Amino acid sequence: MGKIQLQSVTKAFGGVKVIPDLDLDIENGEFVVFVGPSGCGKSTLLRLIAGLEDTTSGTISIDGKDATHLPPAQRRLAMVFQSYALYPHMSVRKNIAFPLKMAGRNKQEIDKRVDNAAKILNLADYIDRRPGQLSGGQRQRVAIGRAIVREPAAFLFDEPLSNLDAALRVGMRLEISELHQRLKTTMIYVTHDQVEAMTMADKIVVLRAGNIEQVGSPLELYTKPRNTFVAGFIGSPKMNLMGGSDAKSHNADMIGVRPEHIDLSQSEGQWKGEVKVSEHLGSDTFLHVQTSDHSEPLTVRAGGEFPVHAGDTVYMTPQQDKIHRFDGKGLALR
Amino acid sequence: MARQVTKQRKIGMTVLAWAVGLLIFFPILWTFLTSFKTELTAISIPPQFMFFDWTTENYSTINSQANYFHFMANSIYLALGSTLLGLLFAIPAAWAMAFSPTPRTKDILLWMLSTKMLPAVGVYIPIYLLFINLGLLDSRFGLIVVLFLINLPIMVWMLYTYFKEIPVDILEAARMDGASLRQEITQVLTPMAVPGIASTVLLNVILAWNEAFWTLNLTTTDAAPLTAFIASYSSPQGNFYAKLSAASMLAIAPILVVGWFSQKQLVRGLTFGAVK
Amino acid sequence: MATQNTTKVARAMMAPSVIALLIWMIVPLAMTLYYSTLGYSLYNPISTPFVGLDNYTYFLTDPTFIAALTNTLVLVVGVLIITVGGGILIALLLDQDVYGVNVVRLLVIAPFFVMPTVAALVWKNMMMNPVYGVIGQAMSGLGLAPIDWMTDVPLTSIIIIVAWQWLPFATLILLTSLQSLSADQKEAAEMDGAGALSIFWYITLPHMSRAITVVVLIQTIFLLSIFAEILVTTNGGPGSQSTNITYLVYQQAISFGDIGAASAGGIVAVILANIVAIFLIKAIGKNLDA
Repeated sequence: MGKIQLQSVTKAFGGVKVIPDLDLDIENGEFVVFVGPSGCGKSTLLRLIAGLEDTTSGTISIDGKDATHLPPAQRRLAMVFQSYALYPHMSVRKNIAFPLKMAGRNKQEIDKRVDNAAKILNLADYIDRRPGQLSGGQRQRVAIGRAIVREPAAFLFDEPLSNLDAALRVGMRLEISELHQRLKTTMIYVTHDQVEAMTMADKIVVLRAGNIEQVGSPLELYTKPRNTFVAGFIGSPKMNLMGGSDAKSHNADMIGVRPEHIDLSQSEGQWKGEVKVSEHLGSDTFLHVQTSDHSEPLTVRAGGEFPVHAGDTVYMTPQQDKIHRFDGKGLALR
Repeated sequence: MARQVTKQRKIGMTVLAWAVGLLIFFPILWTFLTSFKTELTAISIPPQFMFFDWTTENYSTINSQANYFHFMANSIYLALGSTLLGLLFAIPAAWAMAFSPTPRTKDILLWMLSTKMLPAVGVYIPIYLLFINLGLLDSRFGLIVVLFLINLPIMVWMLYTYFKEIPVDILEAARMDGASLRQEITQVLTPMAVPGIASTVLLNVILAWNEAFWTLNLTTTDAAPLTAFIASYSSPQGNFYAKLSAASMLAIAPILVVGWFSQKQLVRGLTFGAVK
Repeated sequence: MATQNTTKVARAMMAPSVIALLIWMIVPLAMTLYYSTLGYSLYNPISTPFVGLDNYTYFLTDPTFIAALTNTLVLVVGVLIITVGGGILIALLLDQDVYGVNVVRLLVIAPFFVMPTVAALVWKNMMMNPVYGVIGQAMSGLGLAPIDWMTDVPLTSIIIIVAWQWLPFATLILLTSLQSLSADQKEAAEMDGAGALSIFWYITLPHMSRAITVVVLIQTIFLLSIFAEILVTTNGGPGSQSTNITYLVYQQAISFGDIGAASAGGIVAVILANIVAIFLIKAIGKNLDA
């Protein structure tokens, strides 16, 4: 079980309110991602749940029981740290066994569970090495191994992939998703990378300055962003936001169109502009187009082999049913 | 530097460096040589450098003076005793400062440093009288406590700088893993801190071994360590150079070896972590 | 970054050390202050009348005090100049590409581990004795009149002995600092057209300034209370030519049994040390924080 509820949780460091007032329900078995720019309070929120920080007010309950004042060890949560936080003086085996040893389990059980975790995570070959002798990806696996042997109520991940190179990151992302499929345990995952959020989450919590901007499935956030902040944060490249006459014609103060929802033509369209930069990714091409109507260049997705170069003139038309409308406060109009 | 240093320059620098090194080391070297001379050779004119009849009689004379080992034993007691007592106090304090710092932690550390600036004579009189009244004068226990107190600030500082380098994440991971405070310290922190603790111990042993204000002023015979034993040789002139040299070598050799092994850590300990 | 619980535990863990040092500092200091107002002689401990500031008047107007104060300052400054100056030069030398540099380093740092009484006696007898000492014999060999170091220039002799003990400390710390200077910086300066001397003056020396201040601060703390070296060589003499404040207080207490005057002297020493400490901490404050 791993149902976590936060009610009116606040956190202040000195006089600075990092989390003003926050309510959140996390269902059992969910993969929840906290995402937001750096300094938005997502790591603090995770540490509050972990019990590594005291809440200033409010309650945190785990499986219906008030855990606000429980020490970390008694919350039945396991955490994977950004730095992995492996014990450098212990072998991989001892690192993974450590929480079980602390819980006073007997030796056979510890061995069985460690071997099992090692098998799941492909750690068997270097089980007797020390963390210093492992690569970044291997250390990451050990840290996860140390978390899963405890069979916790929930896993907490604090930007676990940010110290890995790009290729490894994609691989580990998949592994963590698979792990979730297999264990079906609640996972709370903190990241600043919206791609990780989109690809892994059942539920995304977008945070800004300690406030929840929106909670929803990745698709909900993509198709129905509640405000311009979420609209700009979710999706890559960023949504094009524009005001002025474009917005007025849709009865809004601001409208947004994603790069993939703009049709391109070399002969005619709503907007005309000059290609400043074209980024060829192979499967896609992103064009940055400067028009006379907009102060910022628009980003547009073209097919993989759309034959344009910097300096060319193109015409663009937004797909009418994919236009997002916002009011003067940046809230979505529905 | 990837470039080649010219051969002449390197040889020149080598000669100069060795000359300076030997000049500084000369008094110790001379003491070493003299300790193997007879008393007569030791004061011969002109002095004999290497080519004399080497003898170990000075060492056997000193060994046969049974009380030499009494002083040696006292030195060991004082150095180890004050160091162990210091660890007992300093490890928890440094741990707390490094891992649960409060806004006042820096002030407390600086204040501790300032106690080190208190001149010994400022507190000497009451300590002396107190020791007389409590019957602690010339007792190992009393001196251990004093040496422990004068070196405690250095131990706390040094351990603090080492503990600071242990990532907090790891301790939090241990806390998440269900380790109690005691387990956190014994099973996670201590093994990681062992190198730092070892250096702290070495430095403290060196400082306690060589301390020569309190050891000279609070002892007469029973608790007197080697510093006081050697000082007794300062009495009137005589033909005792060779024996003085042998006694000196015995007194400094162990600490010299320890010091040579721990030179890197010394810098950090003696500068309160300000220079690494 | 901690929970309330850990903060509480942390306080409890710090308490023993803080309390021990607090007692060690305050109780004897208060007692010294108290004794300094008494007419208290070890030879007549029954009667200890209150005498107000008489002890201070006595101690401060004693011509020996002025001599001891001067000697203390000369000793500290003299040793600092030799050790810092020499330390920089030797550190620069040991930073060069030299055959057997590790062995040379061992030779250079060795004196630091020699206990003060040994260092003082070895120098007094085997180096500086005018007849049998190595220096005396070398001078005779060159046809010069040997110097009777301990009688003719007692303070200089003690400065030499103490400087010999502390030169390794300065060298070791300055060398450590020197080796932490990145080669990039020196190379950049070289590309910018700086010569060896300019590099030393504009790059190396500023880089070492923090280490130099640390050396000065720490050595001063220790040098203000030099004791054993004086006790076993000159006994403060001849006269009071090599008496420093620490030794003077010791004399008052042990040789003359005058606890009151010795306590007053102790308080004076504390005040002097504090002036130096405040001055030095201010001077290095920004350096230490950086």
